[in-house]
Amino acid sequence: MLLLKGGRLIDPASGTDAPRDVLIEGERITAVELPGKISARKGEVQELDVAGLIVAPGFIDMHCHLREPGGENSETIETGTRAAARGGFTAVCPMPNTRPVHDNASVTRSILERAQSAHTRVWPIGAASAGSRGEELAEIAAMQKSGVVAVSDDGHPIATAKLMRQVMDYCRSLGMPVIDHCEDVSLAAGASMREGPASIRTGIRGMPAAAETIGVGRDILMAELTGCRFHVAHLSARGSLEMVRVAKHKGLAVSCEVTPHHFTMIDEEVGYDTHRKMNPPLGSREDRDALIEGLADGTVDAIATDHAPHEPATKEVEFDRAPFGITGFETALGLALELVNAKKIGLARMVELFTVGPARVLGMQRKIAVGEPADITVFSTEHRWTYRAAESASKSRNTPFDGREFRGGPMATIVAGRVVYRR
Amino acid sequence: MIHPETSAAAEPRIAPEEIVPFRFNDLLAIEPLRADEITFLLDQAKPFQEIQRHPLKKLATLRGKTVGLAFFEPSTRTRISFSTAAARLGADTMQLQAESSSLQKGESLLDTVRTLDAMKPDCIVMRHRSSGAADFVARHLEIPVLNAGDGTHEHPTQALLDALTIRDRLGHLEGWNVSIIGDIVHSRVARSNIHLLSRFGCRITLCGPPMWVPPELEHLTSSGEPLRRVARVEEALDGADIVIVLRVQQERLHEPKLPLDEYVMLYQLTQDRLRLARPGALVLHPGPMIRGLEIDPAVADGPQSCVLEQVTNGLAVRMALLFLLIGHGGEAFPAKDPI
Amino acid sequence: MRVVEKTQLMSATEIDRTLQRVAHEIVERSGGTVHLALIGVRRRGVPLAQRIARAMRAIDGVDVPVGTLDITLYRDDLSMVAAQPVLQSSEIPFSVDDKDLILVDDVLYTGRTIRAAMNGLFDLGRPRRVRLCVLIDRGHRELPIEAAFIGRTVQTGDMEIIEVRLNEIDQEERVMLVERVP
Repeated sequence: MLLLKGGRLIDPASGTDAPRDVLIEGERITAVELPGKISARKGEVQELDVAGLIVAPGFIDMHCHLREPGGENSETIETGTRAAARGGFTAVCPMPNTRPVHDNASVTRSILERAQSAHTRVWPIGAASAGSRGEELAEIAAMQKSGVVAVSDDGHPIATAKLMRQVMDYCRSLGMPVIDHCEDVSLAAGASMREGPASIRTGIRGMPAAAETIGVGRDILMAELTGCRFHVAHLSARGSLEMVRVAKHKGLAVSCEVTPHHFTMIDEEVGYDTHRKMNPPLGSREDRDALIEGLADGTVDAIATDHAPHEPATKEVEFDRAPFGITGFETALGLALELVNAKKIGLARMVELFTVGPARVLGMQRKIAVGEPADITVFSTEHRWTYRAAESASKSRNTPFDGREFRGGPMATIVAGRVVYRR
Repeated sequence: MIHPETSAAAEPRIAPEEIVPFRFNDLLAIEPLRADEITFLLDQAKPFQEIQRHPLKKLATLRGKTVGLAFFEPSTRTRISFSTAAARLGADTMQLQAESSSLQKGESLLDTVRTLDAMKPDCIVMRHRSSGAADFVARHLEIPVLNAGDGTHEHPTQALLDALTIRDRLGHLEGWNVSIIGDIVHSRVARSNIHLLSRFGCRITLCGPPMWVPPELEHLTSSGEPLRRVARVEEALDGADIVIVLRVQQERLHEPKLPLDEYVMLYQLTQDRLRLARPGALVLHPGPMIRGLEIDPAVADGPQSCVLEQVTNGLAVRMALLFLLIGHGGEAFPAKDPI
Repeated sequence: MRVVEKTQLMSATEIDRTLQRVAHEIVERSGGTVHLALIGVRRRGVPLAQRIARAMRAIDGVDVPVGTLDITLYRDDLSMVAAQPVLQSSEIPFSVDDKDLILVDDVLYTGRTIRAAMNGLFDLGRPRRVRLCVLIDRGHRELPIEAAFIGRTVQTGDMEIIEVRLNEIDQEERVMLVERVP
């Protein structure tokens, strides 16, 4: 038995923001009471003092890359989830662009088997097309049966409108959302950053914001046509956000996520630093401001890290040759709290973006209530700490946030009743 | 008068006012340079222009030094220019050429450059097809790096030799009307020239096919007036003191090709069009020229064309830079501040 | 390491008188001035050469051309010198071929400056003769170089430095003996 004592409970599902003690027995929550009201026989219960800290439902990162199978030099399910737990995440959704591509149930089973040694829950996302080649459908139903929660061809967009329609038709009948890396390949080909004054100055080939927005538009129209739930991965542009806003207004089941780096940094900061190169690339100042507004007003449903580890040697090359992506598990909460501290979004809203937001997209619940699974994220809004890449639990070091000082961050992470991380 | 530390009986002495006003560790770009620094570099090139006129052009100044030439993009003219500059200063060269490079066998840029570095050159002159490549290499090496062109980013020695040519012909660099014509967005020569000339208050007009002259170029220089973009070459030439013609780069990845006849019709610098510029306006071209494409042969060979002086001045500028970067002793450079 | 002034070796008047005397000597010992030319070694050799030329014009009515020579590129000690010298241009507005050249410098010491100057001259052409004129010869030669025309010979120690200060450059006019003090 585990008793979380003295914390402030923020549970979006019930609208609670109040001091509460929480009792966990086995893998479930068995009591949520006013402070001091839970009595348990001494010796039977382990107490975790969370005074001054926030107790929230376990965070979900619905977009990440764990590289296993095939890319174990950069990360494994074990190391990735250890980093995720350090970041306060209790569940992660790894994308299917592994080697081999996760496009059939036997890969699903092998991933879930390796996930036995994971530090968080692992809810994999399967490929939409076979090999993510954009030609024929993957074995979507079989993957779902084995544990996949959504499909995507992430790494690149689902190839054509026609294929997207087929995938969506199929997934609607299975009740699974389709997630797309929205991009017009003809505009984005060869580009390494956002097209704009910064890319002009550094001479790096850029892609316009429209490259993403065109993809979003296409997919929203297909979602409307098919009635399938559609989720925009790593949305980065103001124009894309406006399209999602309009779609939601029309009552379509469209959702989107934003990464911490997109709501923190902009294209002017890239220079030739490969640790600031990712796809979609960092946007303009206006984009970032719009994304923050969207996080606050509910247009954005989730914060997702798109944690993309790369072993150092691969990033130590000329900018245009470097692979896209940065790590993100361990800095996500700290960066989100920067928005809270700057009064750009409320604390409860922030918790939503990590919990009920992604849960709703995936068709699940996330709450702290009697009988619920004991997945809990405990964090501080005050504790000052510095992120050091060298101490990361990830195998990779490709982060632009090395040395960044944070106010507030993860303090303890509990998955299925077990404390998987404690600061 | 206090004399700087030199070995006890070393002679001739260098007085404090005769010391180079700032330390050159690398030359990667024009953008960070101030006007006075650029003027200094051009002044330092003058003695080397002189030397080109001597019957005996070879000096022993850099004897014992080695210049590493790492040209990852094929280049004849610039490579020969640097190679000759080194040789005329008495330095040895180590040459790496794209066609025969190990890069084709998959070796990374960093490994290739480190291999060169292990043979202990005193500096590296680098040309590479990736923007930022020179910056990348400079961050990893102790020795000075001289950017001979990185992707579409900058080609600093070209801008310097263009500026020297302009200054010699027109007497000064300040306040001219400069028109740059061609594929500007893909041109490192254009960027370096824009940065340099705007430092001296020149009014710059950009002209070329619209997809090669995007609006973002207007704010390339963070200071001063935005640059002017015009669609028609006649408008660009009207009142120009200096015309810089860029070559048409015909092989472009990810780009639909522009019909060349269209280009000639709309943008070729013909004698008639040149007459729209100020009388005696200078015509510059970074080379190599495609006569009959971006420039009319009569203009290329005419009195306003500066192309041959550009080449000679290129040698002088490069000699001056090599001298500045490696023509002295001292220990390994302290905390590197790439220029 | 500081520098301390010890004595004044020459005053303004003495400098002027010496240059006048040297100008006379050059005229006397050149067997005709038609091929004569002066080359001032940058920096202080330059105003000295110009003054000598003016003096020669006053003596004989002869107009001896004056060129200036920057020897930085010809130095043999660049790799020992941490400070980096600014390059000046040389300006020799006449051909050196077949000329009777007089190199002019302020102080002759180890001889290395003059060696470098000669390298520079011979890159330009083939003079018929090169002679050296200095205001002060302070000894301690490291190369077989001698001056044909000397203003004054001064015995010096290793820690001593001779500073020639001329109006055109230093806004004062005298020759000082200074000493390096640890």
